[in-house]
Amino acid sequence: MPAVTETRETVEKLAKSSYEWGFETDIEMDIAPKGLNEETVRLISERKGEPQWMLDWRLKAFRAWLEMEEPTWAHIHHPPIDYQDAHYFAQPKKKPGPKSLDEVDPELLRTYAKLGIPLHEQALLAGVEGAEERLPVAVDAVFDSVSVATTFRKTLAEAGVIFCPISDAIREHPELVQKYLGTVVPVADNFFGALNSAVFTDGSFVYIPEGVRCPMELSTYFRINARNTGQFERTLIIAEDRATVSYLEGCTAPQRDENQLHAAVVELIAMEDASIKYSTVQNWYPGDDEGRGGIYNFVTKRGICRGARSKISWTQVETGSAITWKYPSCVLAGEGSVGEFYSVAVTNNHQQADTGTKMIHLAPNTRSTIIAKTISAGKSDSTYRGLVRMQPKARNARNFTQCDSLLIGDQCGAHTVPYIESRNMTARVEHEATTSKISEDQLFYCRSRGLSEEDAVGLIVNGFCREVLKELPMEFAVEAQKLLQISLEGSVG
Amino acid sequence: MSDFLKIQGLQARIDADGTPKDILKGLDLEVPKGEIHAIMGPNGSGKSTLSYVLAGRDDYEVTGGSATFKGQDLLALDPEERAALGLFLAFQSPVELPGVNNANFLRTAVNAVRRARGEAELDAVAFLKAVRAETKHLSMSDDMLKRAVNVGFSGGEKKRNEVLQMRLLQPSFAILDETDSGLDIDALRIVAEGVNSLRSPDFSALVITHHQRLLDYIVPDRVHVMAHGRIIHSGGPDIAKTLEKQGYTQFLEAAA
Ligand SMILES: Nc1ncnc2c1ncn2[C@@H]1O[C@H](COP(=O)(O)OP(=O)(O)O)[C@@H](O)[C@H]1O
Ligand SMILES: [Mg+2]
Repeated sequence: MPAVTETRETVEKLAKSSYEWGFETDIEMDIAPKGLNEETVRLISERKGEPQWMLDWRLKAFRAWLEMEEPTWAHIHHPPIDYQDAHYFAQPKKKPGPKSLDEVDPELLRTYAKLGIPLHEQALLAGVEGAEERLPVAVDAVFDSVSVATTFRKTLAEAGVIFCPISDAIREHPELVQKYLGTVVPVADNFFGALNSAVFTDGSFVYIPEGVRCPMELSTYFRINARNTGQFERTLIIAEDRATVSYLEGCTAPQRDENQLHAAVVELIAMEDASIKYSTVQNWYPGDDEGRGGIYNFVTKRGICRGARSKISWTQVETGSAITWKYPSCVLAGEGSVGEFYSVAVTNNHQQADTGTKMIHLAPNTRSTIIAKTISAGKSDSTYRGLVRMQPKARNARNFTQCDSLLIGDQCGAHTVPYIESRNMTARVEHEATTSKISEDQLFYCRSRGLSEEDAVGLIVNGFCREVLKELPMEFAVEAQKLLQISLEGSVG
Repeated sequence: MSDFLKIQGLQARIDADGTPKDILKGLDLEVPKGEIHAIMGPNGSGKSTLSYVLAGRDDYEVTGGSATFKGQDLLALDPEERAALGLFLAFQSPVELPGVNNANFLRTAVNAVRRARGEAELDAVAFLKAVRAETKHLSMSDDMLKRAVNVGFSGGEKKRNEVLQMRLLQPSFAILDETDSGLDIDALRIVAEGVNSLRSPDFSALVITHHQRLLDYIVPDRVHVMAHGRIIHSGGPDIAKTLEKQGYTQFLEAAA
């Protein structure tokens, strides 16, 4: 067999390794009828016990959404989505908090076990009392639309950190939510953002007070669980002056045969000298080899560096979804503020990804860095879109962009579309792009040293992604490693 | 022990832009256990091709002959199986692996080979100890372990990195393809010492070189002259001196 074919087959095997985490959990659900209208919005708000202002906010978003059209310009194709053919609210029937794992729904535990979540962590996720002392990562589990459990509240509360489901925050910290919600992604920002604003059912709220360095990484496991339930997460993270936080988001999903819409909104706000690091390892069901049944992932993620010298850093490793449409962005409004975007996107089979970032430089001396690594295999298609905008006041602003594509096989595609808009003469934008293939020389060199072809590909892919992977917190690096089937470096130094 | 490495009538070709090009044209060679042999020959005579074919590079098509190693049909094995069996090739042009940390690469390779040989894998500490001992031996800086494999290495650093890999992988048969080219005299001594100290009844090597100079440091048991895809002459270490003085002409004429 010619070497090229062999390589491709190995990689296909590697990237395909059929979706291990495709399973569904059968837990008693409280489900709203299918369809989307003002009544749906009112029902969600009512079930969540929300105050009037929140309902008004949702209705405003819903009315804006009705006027908007689904964007068609992204480099992706899918059958039209029937927004009336989905449930917009589903929650597991509430039970009183369990005292030990024995009292937790065994189905839920089995789900966690299949996800490879360690036992003590399962206890945490399931909200078993007293389990929190054992783990250095705080986990706010989103099991379907409702957080089944929120943990670590005690430790975090001592530091003055608020980390809770956003629906709790709406009730318990209305002044904060009202002050910041929708300030980064306004209700009418875009089609999917508006839809999310109208019907979001859960997500996380994080507030780090002035001068506080959050004592632990904050982590959320997202799961999509109920059949035909669109998932609309809303996350809001605020870091006050000199506050620091690192937030981890991870996704897996059960296998199913109907495409599922996911439209999340994440808003980050960094005040003076504050720093927010947001890391995602995303592994949603990409569909079968023909692309059937995968998740549609339309996400609006945006952060604003409001204060001087503040910093927002997005890191993401994406291996899932049938369709991904996602542009984590930074608005650099504070003088000398810093935006970063580090991304690895792997597409295989019929996956389509249209991702990238936007760096909007509003203030002087702002800096942004974009490192985007794209790996395409099979018949997949991947587009990187990067917008760098230097506004008139962005004196001496700097951007550095590097986009590297690695193609595996000859049926996949990678496109790089940089948009640069500079309205300040002193601002500087640098863009570098490369496209490469794993060479036969590299594979043979590795194999002659005893590595299997699979390990060789893993090593080379890992090397290709190194600049991004090293940005991930350790807890996540392990997950990323699993997902990319690569061995992490760093055994020395 | 003449059945250690045995090549008979080996023929190999490459697809050069659509037209097959024969490179090895009936090559015979035996390297017994515990011996070091040298191959000398003009550019383009097929020396690198021979080393690639032995290591298992599959863009060369073997069209005739055989090669056995330790009694096994070498040509039927995958490159990684050959490595596990004890074959090592120090590349004439070592390949760059961007982003792949050298130490991580070495450890992955060492443990892959150890696993295949039924030996215990080295943990990070044991590996570091082993690698540090070797880098010291080869006068390599620790910095080279932290860099990406061969990326931005000087010619000499690349060659030393090859020798480092050879020593860590503990082969029973090593092919060194022009490992001396581009080395200054000090580096040459260090590399030669890296090979010589492996000399044992269980270690054989095939040293491919253009220069007599290397053979002053690694004294071979036999020297073979290669031209046009064949071994055209074999003899003692003295041949190298003759070649250095008089060139390949007399051997080519004698073979014609
Ligand atoms: N990949 C290749 N494509 C075309 N010709 C090749 C290729 N590899 C080797 N050759 C040719 O085969 C002959 C032998 O090359 P090589 O084995 O590198 O010789 P040596 O190492 O003795 O200098 C040369 O004429 C070379 O040009
Ligand atoms: Mg050569």
